[in-house]
Amino acid sequence: MSSKEIDAISGTETTGHEWDGIKELNTPLPRWWLWTFYITIIWALGYTIAYPAWPLISTNTKGLLGYSSRADVARELAAAEAGRASVLQRIAETDIAGIAADEELSRFAVAAGRSAFKVYCSQCHGSGAQGAPGYPNLNDDDWLWGGTLDDIFLTINHGVRFDADDDTRISEMPAFGRDELLEPGQISAVANFVLSLSGKDHDAAQVEEGKTVYAENCASCHGDDGTGLAEFGAPNLADAIWLYGDTMEAVVAQISGPQHGVMPAWGTRLGETTVKQLAVYVHSLGGGE
Amino acid sequence: MRNAAESIVLTLAAFVALLGVAFAQDDLFRIHAWVLFFVLAASAIFMFRRVIVAPAAAVDQSQYLDGPIRYGAIATLFWGIAGFLIGVLIASQLAWPDLNFEPWFNFGRLRPLHTSAVIFAFGGNALIATSFYVVQRTSRARLFGGNLAWFVFWGYQLFIVLAATGYLLGITQSREYAEPEWYVDLWLTIVWVAYLVVFLGTIFKRKEPHIYVANWFYLSFIVTIAMLHVVNNLTMPVSLLGAKSYSAFAGVQDALTQWWYGHNAVGFFLTAGFLGMMYYFVPKQANRPIYSYRLSIVHFWALIFLYIWAGPHHLHYTALPDWAQTLGMVFSVMLWMPSWGGMINGLMTLSGAWDKIRTDPIIRMMVIAVAFYGMSTFEGPMMSIKAVNSLSHYTDWTIGHVHSGALGWVGMISFGAVYYLVPKLWGRDRLYSLRMVNWHFWLATLGIVVYAAVMWVSGIMQGLMWREYDADGFLVYSFAESVAAMYPYYVMRMLGGLLYLIGALVMAFNIAMTILGHQRAERPLGAPALQPAQ
Repeated sequence: MSSKEIDAISGTETTGHEWDGIKELNTPLPRWWLWTFYITIIWALGYTIAYPAWPLISTNTKGLLGYSSRADVARELAAAEAGRASVLQRIAETDIAGIAADEELSRFAVAAGRSAFKVYCSQCHGSGAQGAPGYPNLNDDDWLWGGTLDDIFLTINHGVRFDADDDTRISEMPAFGRDELLEPGQISAVANFVLSLSGKDHDAAQVEEGKTVYAENCASCHGDDGTGLAEFGAPNLADAIWLYGDTMEAVVAQISGPQHGVMPAWGTRLGETTVKQLAVYVHSLGGGE
Repeated sequence: MRNAAESIVLTLAAFVALLGVAFAQDDLFRIHAWVLFFVLAASAIFMFRRVIVAPAAAVDQSQYLDGPIRYGAIATLFWGIAGFLIGVLIASQLAWPDLNFEPWFNFGRLRPLHTSAVIFAFGGNALIATSFYVVQRTSRARLFGGNLAWFVFWGYQLFIVLAATGYLLGITQSREYAEPEWYVDLWLTIVWVAYLVVFLGTIFKRKEPHIYVANWFYLSFIVTIAMLHVVNNLTMPVSLLGAKSYSAFAGVQDALTQWWYGHNAVGFFLTAGFLGMMYYFVPKQANRPIYSYRLSIVHFWALIFLYIWAGPHHLHYTALPDWAQTLGMVFSVMLWMPSWGGMINGLMTLSGAWDKIRTDPIIRMMVIAVAFYGMSTFEGPMMSIKAVNSLSHYTDWTIGHVHSGALGWVGMISFGAVYYLVPKLWGRDRLYSLRMVNWHFWLATLGIVVYAAVMWVSGIMQGLMWREYDADGFLVYSFAESVAAMYPYYVMRMLGGLLYLIGALVMAFNIAMTILGHQRAERPLGAPALQPAQ
């Protein structure tokens, strides 16, 4: 232990303690530091008087401002809802064609539908509604279940192959390979025929046989010319848009053991007004009929 | 006979681990028991080979016990590099999700591995090693408890290994920074109590009349972490031979307990502990007295009193009652000046030695550490203000804040301390290369600046995107769009982390060469390149 001394550089006295050569200066607390500390304490006390803060035995001090974060958010939500109430009321009362025809309602419905789409639909259909393998692109005019406002509304409202909804869109293509309805040679032939419809690479020698297989097994749903039938959710096979891929491999796989996409029925979850808005938004993306 | 009892205890412990394998109630516990068995069996074999039959020479009580500190310095570097490496990997996973390798190396399992490796393995080893060094020097007393300090070191490494392998296996309590399950928690409790006994015992037998300020901070860190660890990990195991347990708390009480723990892990592990480090190594390296004794007392007591109440600010705008949110916020704001007391004492201790920043890269490291400490402890209270928090919470801003504290403050002050310690512990005149320290300084500083700046931008952008409404009151962006917008920032963040990692690798080389006894022939820093002609 050493005794107190004056540090030559700072001119301040040391405390007289020393540990392993470390000494301490007896510098007073910096004034600005102390006053800033006091100010934060005074501010904190003031804040706790103004806002709910101190716990008591069975409750807490409520604060002079009467602030409550729950009441605050409830007020904001109520204000937002009040602002929209009249237009939502009109959307609820107007049929979907009427909404699309009304400039104010359709603008609002598109904005609301876009917002709902981002929350509920973008996970599968993409944030730009561009789709993904197995999930249809909603920007184009190729519609599995029809592209009119009413068709789109029905599809969103009741879903696709959604068991819990009795009015859901339903269809099931047979598994021609897995259930041995067709020979492997016939499947290969019909796949070549289908690819020939849109001018994809195919084996021309098999097209003739494939055409016969198609007429007997596929045309009833997909149409004689392969342009599909929205009534059965049967895709157009003659265009360049493919839900599960346009390679020979993918087409053979889909004929042999088809994948059947499922979409939930959104009507029971979001309510009819939101579904209307979603339908108007999806219809407005560019492909609506 | 030396090492005989230790060998037998290790063998018995390995046998108990084998019983754990045999009677495990679930597969995860069984695999973990195998891990434990192999670690203990290998240690037992190693110990048996070191049994010395000759009677042990009496320990010279006037000598300091520096063996565990030497090991601790190496462990600090080893775990630091491991932690930074995993950090770079998970940063890459966020930018390129294809780098998630199921199931052991996905982000969900590697993220706690990164946080625990950096906080508890790197930071913890740095704290244990430096506290053992500092408490002996400033008490002029050998570590209390004989070989207990060795038990603390190796017991802590075992905790790290069990925690880390558990994360990869998917064993977790899902409590942030407290992920290890109940049996690993119990082991850490034993090790931690031993640590407290060694530290406190050394202080009790000190030959100095007063307890040095660094030791107050170290002691507050050890005591408070013990309390936080025990309370937050109160759980009921499903089986005494099973990996799973359920917390004693539920709902919002559970959340508050977790963040009381989580915030004070920052407060007492990453702040108080490292302030202890600063209070010894900065005056030693600068060779100047501590700026203000009074400030050190006032800011110490203010810091430890206020910090413990600040946790609720992690739960703003949640189910936590408003009154608790208010208290969490005001206590955080009051913490600003007590935190800055450490910064003032650190920086002002350099008055009269400022020229050393030009010539001594270790001092430079310590200065940047204290500067980042000051920045983070201003940013923290600011982010705890509810209006700011409503923007910053859940965004990358928080990640940036944590890293400016962890990389800038904790990392840099630890590097400085290890650079100071290694030549002394191994009896070398100086480090292998001071110029490499300088390289490390610039690589690390640049890395932190890139990291923090990028996270500010991306965090604020994220917060703004989440709350953006259009004129009709509808959300403008989907969550996925905000994720897509992060991509360039995630790439830059990874590059910032990579710079920091490279700096640590330079350090590892430099330290290894120093330990091996080499000295690089080099021009001193700050000296002119050419000497004037005679």
